Amino acid sequence: MKKEEVPQDDANMLEGKFKVVKYALNENGEYVKVPSVGWEPENVALGQAWDVINERVEDARQQVLSGKLSPLAFHMEKNMMDEALLAKHMGLPARRVKRHLEPKEFEALDEATLLHYADALLTTVEELKRVPDAPSRAISSDQA
Amino acid sequence: MSKDVVIPFDHQQSAHCESGVISNLMRFHGLKVSEPMAFGVGSGLFYSHMPFLKLNGIPVTSYRILPGLIFKRFSKNMGVQMKRMRFRDQDEAMAELDRVLDKGLPVGMLTSVFYLPYLPQAFRFHFNAHNIVVFGRKGDEYLVSDPVMDGTTTIHRRALVRARFAKGTPDTNGRMYYPTAVLTKADLKAAAIKGLKRTARDMSNVPLPMFGVKGMPYLAKKLRQYETKLGERRAKLYLGNIIRMQEEIGTGGAGFRFMFAAFLQEAAGLLNKPELKEHAKEMTRIGDQWREFAFEAGRMCKGRPEPGSTYGTLADKLEAIGRAEKVLFKQLAKLPL
Repeated sequence: MKKEEVPQDDANMLEGKFKVVKYALNENGEYVKVPSVGWEPENVALGQAWDVINERVEDARQQVLSGKLSPLAFHMEKNMMDEALLAKHMGLPARRVKRHLEPKEFEALDEATLLHYADALLTTVEELKRVPDAPSRAISSDQA
Repeated sequence: MSKDVVIPFDHQQSAHCESGVISNLMRFHGLKVSEPMAFGVGSGLFYSHMPFLKLNGIPVTSYRILPGLIFKRFSKNMGVQMKRMRFRDQDEAMAELDRVLDKGLPVGMLTSVFYLPYLPQAFRFHFNAHNIVVFGRKGDEYLVSDPVMDGTTTIHRRALVRARFAKGTPDTNGRMYYPTAVLTKADLKAAAIKGLKRTARDMSNVPLPMFGVKGMPYLAKKLRQYETKLGERRAKLYLGNIIRMQEEIGTGGAGFRFMFAAFLQEAAGLLNKPELKEHAKEMTRIGDQWREFAFEAGRMCKGRPEPGSTYGTLADKLEAIGRAEKVLFKQLAKLPL
């Protein structure tokens, strides 16, 4: 790949925060680092991966709204976790977490467990108990 | 509150986090190695497709050796001594980081990109093997040299704790490391030869079909059956993942092939072996073939394939790449150096 062939297909994946570097040949045939804002095939593949994740988040939201799952299911998907990964963060067996995805079990949780869940899922106890009215996307909080 | 620390650290942007951290940390300790040289000495290049190992339900394809191994091999070949630590306790992990910073030493560490707020949203998956360097502290903010970024940045203590103690594959366990002895007059020539030979061997000799140059025809065979076996949607997801591992942030283009070509080019000068320049050219041609593969695959994923393009023609391309890499790495393995 020559320097001038380094793709600059901007799909705002980098949010203008920085450019990544690729290795390409300069006019003397020597390798140099060249900044790039992205490449179409990479943008397509990345977009496709996020579509799958966001579908899962929205699906969970719908299931919470219809009373099939507790809001925990939504916040878990929003953090791109499954029961096993969330359980690791909680220090609980995965089957316990799975049980908490049932609305009745979730409602019976004590404040300390809710607080622990909220912390693991980068949210507050208040937020943890509900889902947004509008479709939501997976997003990692900007706050720790 | 502990006092502020700002260690003068020369941050240079790299394509890949691990080879970038090596290059930046070594420069601090007086040893100048470019990113491609660090990658080559550490024998970073590889290929594997592991259908039995899945992440998020998708088989893993990789263009490099396992995370952490580049650092290990580099250190071994260059006689660098590293202090490596992992922690159970978060406070202890941060206290130790502070102690090392107070001594004036920048610290490399393993983090999860999901918990690094300064990175663009689109790249923040639960990828738990991202290397960064922390080189100072101002109040509750830590100064960060993230090799994939063009400049340095900062991260709040709370966020850094999360990134250092992420769970998953693997648990990051607060892992951190810093060089304790760097030989600034290390024999770079010998190390480059060792690194190069190791890669040539790794690519040519692993006696399993999914690794090295055998991995490409192996995946090609599976690729031919993707649509019939997986259905259109899953086939596209599997294919998309191959593109991502090849081209996403970190590889420097063409699944590290261009970075490796840059290493061969630099090694040609270092070892005074002009024939390595020809091998660098061949590696570049192969890298361009990888890019053509990704381009065609990208169109397929988008649902707008090039005229005549099928999973079969993609597999043909992959097989051709496999043949070319087989020849190249065999030549490199035999090369008298």
